[in-house]
Amino acid sequence: MSALFAAETTFDVPANVAFGILAVLMVVAAIRVVTTRNVVHAALWLVVVLGGNAVVYLILQAEFLAMTQLLVYIGAIVVLFLFGIMLTRAPLGESDDLDNSQRILGAVVGVLLLGVIGYAVARTWGTDRLDFAAYELPPRIEGVVSGSGNGRTQALANTIFSDYLIPFEVISVLLTGALVGAIVLARRD
Amino acid sequence: MLLNQFLLLAAVLFSVGVYGVIVRKNGVLVLMSVELILNAVNINLIAFSTFWGLSGQVFALFVIAVAAAEVGVGLAIVLLIYRNRRSVDIDRLDELKG
Repeated sequence: MSALFAAETTFDVPANVAFGILAVLMVVAAIRVVTTRNVVHAALWLVVVLGGNAVVYLILQAEFLAMTQLLVYIGAIVVLFLFGIMLTRAPLGESDDLDNSQRILGAVVGVLLLGVIGYAVARTWGTDRLDFAAYELPPRIEGVVSGSGNGRTQALANTIFSDYLIPFEVISVLLTGALVGAIVLARRD
Repeated sequence: MLLNQFLLLAAVLFSVGVYGVIVRKNGVLVLMSVELILNAVNINLIAFSTFWGLSGQVFALFVIAVAAAEVGVGLAIVLLIYRNRRSVDIDRLDELKG
C-alpha cells in the first residue's frame, strides 16, 4: 500500500493498470480470431488486437509507431482482409468448415511454444525495469530540438534517414514490387 | 513497469497466432493469424527499443511495411486460388505432396 501511494509521482501504477486491462482484452480477442466460426467476426476481433497493439506502443512511448499501426493496419490491412473475404465469397454466417482436423495438435504446439517462451520469460522476471522517467534520447543523435514534445519522433526520423537509409530504400522497392505483383496476380485477363 | 510483462504478452499472442496458422484452413484466416504473429514480434522489438535506442522502432516500422506487402501479395494469391478452384481451402492444395 505504501508503495502505491509513494511520494514521487510515477507513471508506473496507471500504466500497469492500463497494461493489465489491455493485455487481457488482447489475448481474449486474439483467441477469438483463431476460434470464431464467423469469418467477418474474425476480422473484427483482429481490429481489437491491432488497436490494443497501438495502445501498447503508446505505453512504451513509441507514438509514431502507434499512429503508423493505426493507419496501416486498421486503415488499410483490415480493409484488405474484408475485401478478401468478400471476393472469395466466404460464408458470411456461422460456418463449421473453417478449421481442419488438427485442433488438438495445434493446441499442443501452441501450449508447448508458450511454455518454452514463458519459462524463459519467467526465469528473468523482474530483472529489467522500464524506467520511463529516466528515458533519454541517445546522446549521439544531433539536431533534436529538446523540449518540443516530439523529440522522440524527430530522433526516429534521424535514425531512419542516417543509419538505416539503405534498408529504408530497399523497403520502398519491396513495397513497389509487391503492389505491382499483387495487381499482376489479381487482374483478370 | 517490467520488460518481461511485454514479452509475456507477445509470447501469448505469438502462440495463439501459431495455433491459428496450424488449425485454420481458410486462406484469409491463415493470413490473419500471420498478422497476429507479426504484431507479437513488433511488441518485442519496441519493448527492447526502450533499452537500446531507436533501432528497434525502426525495425518495427520495417516489419509493418513488409507485413503490408505480404498481405497484398498473399490476398492476391488467395484470390487467384479461389478463381481457379472455387474454394480457398488450403488443405486441399496438395498437388506437391508425393
